[in-house]
Amino acid sequence: MAHEPPPGITVTVPRLVLGDTLLFADLSCRLPAGRWTCLLGPSGVGKTTFLRLIAGLVEGGEAIADDGRPLTGRIALMAQQDLLLPWLDVLGNTLLGYRLRGSPDGRLPELERRARRLLSRLGLGHRLTARPAELSGGMRQRVALARTLMEERPVVLMDEPFSALDAISRHRLQEVAAGLLDRHTVLLVTHSPLEALRLGHRILVMGGQPASLREIPVPPGSPPRQPGDPALLALEAELLEELAASDARTEEAWASTVP
Amino acid sequence: MGFHRPLITAAGLLLLWQLLVWASGAPPYILPGPAAVARALVERSDLLFLHALTTAAEILLGMLIGSLVGAASAVLLAAFAPARRWLMPILVVSQALPVFALAPLLVLWLGYGMASKIAMAVLIIYFPVTAAFFDGLRRTDPGWLELARVMNARPPAVLWRIRLPAALPALGSGLRVAASVAPIGAVVGEWVGSSAGLGYLMLHANARMQVDLVFAALFLLALMALALYFAVDRTARRLVPWQRETLTET
Repeated sequence: MAHEPPPGITVTVPRLVLGDTLLFADLSCRLPAGRWTCLLGPSGVGKTTFLRLIAGLVEGGEAIADDGRPLTGRIALMAQQDLLLPWLDVLGNTLLGYRLRGSPDGRLPELERRARRLLSRLGLGHRLTARPAELSGGMRQRVALARTLMEERPVVLMDEPFSALDAISRHRLQEVAAGLLDRHTVLLVTHSPLEALRLGHRILVMGGQPASLREIPVPPGSPPRQPGDPALLALEAELLEELAASDARTEEAWASTVP
Repeated sequence: MGFHRPLITAAGLLLLWQLLVWASGAPPYILPGPAAVARALVERSDLLFLHALTTAAEILLGMLIGSLVGAASAVLLAAFAPARRWLMPILVVSQALPVFALAPLLVLWLGYGMASKIAMAVLIIYFPVTAAFFDGLRRTDPGWLELARVMNARPPAVLWRIRLPAALPALGSGLRVAASVAPIGAVVGEWVGSSAGLGYLMLHANARMQVDLVFAALFLLALMALALYFAVDRTARRLVPWQRETLTET
């Protein structure tokens, strides 16, 4: 879908303090080009801050594209909240980026056609003129996903995009997103080990304070992997243990900072 | 929902009024009963109507101009940081001046006609509208602004497509306050110096001990103020159909 090749990204954070908490010190990480990197870890460890840093919304570190060009204008963001504008309908929300950039009106019919196609793929073809207040949480999340995909940016940052969905729609949307964002550089923050194992080319677990990253092996095969795959299930158990360990590490660090 | 509750309240108040007249034994030129006021309303309807028309025009024009200027100022303040730095202090200091004290000056400058009353109404509603709308404009959900930033939105588009619609409920609150104080501005202007309007009529009727006429004018004034308030309230709700109200009467 993206016209330019997706860049790999190198993130380096010398020191990042949020409030009274030292979140990162000498943290570095690479997001490989055209791949999905899944980021897991306990709540409050700094996953969202890490994502916001790459998006340019937080100061304190650098995210540099391999091709040397700035990342501004090449990132699409899907935050934890759907951030739909309540006064716009589904179609209007999906096309928000183009409206905010003041795209030439000549392109609007074509953009609308594409938005409609995308929305019907996400199962929202019949709700194009609905306002967000009329939609369920899962539907709102899907509109937010459509808005993110509509941006056609080579780098996509997603913060728990599927957490509000029921199991079946989550499964379906993971598949759709993996298909549409194939060949994009993606960072997916998630709480679900299964989601990470299904979708990740690379899985990182963040833990401790200041936080460090640990890489976890991924199951064979290319995403989206089937959740019933025995190799995947075996790794899920391992990943859960790793998460518990990083949770303990983070708790310990917190406990030691309490005077 | 029904109209019985306000009707019962009104009937109760009328009864209380009549009882007060009987109990105090006050003569009609001090405290007329409801019947006398109703009579004045009917018998002097031509006169009342003429003056009510003037006052209504003053209130509506004041409301219109004050709201437009107030809303425009709020947008200006939100859009330009220099405007904020230079105008905010002036705005705040201007509120320390009692607007009523300016009424004689306005009459002196703008004359006995409608202009001075409209100016009075504009002055009195300008601040509530500006303050409420500006407050709404600067309280935009930071998540929306961050999203817009990542989308490389143009600043005017962010103002027009995100900040402004998001601030409409706040503008609605400002307009409601404005609607309830605009009549005060017009009437105070009429008291200070005029040759027409319900305020003028009340002042003269009062001087001639035609208290029934004073009450009749007051009744019309209250009616107009209520009509304005409900019209504005309705418009404000229409403005923001997505706003869910979690407190409802009826």
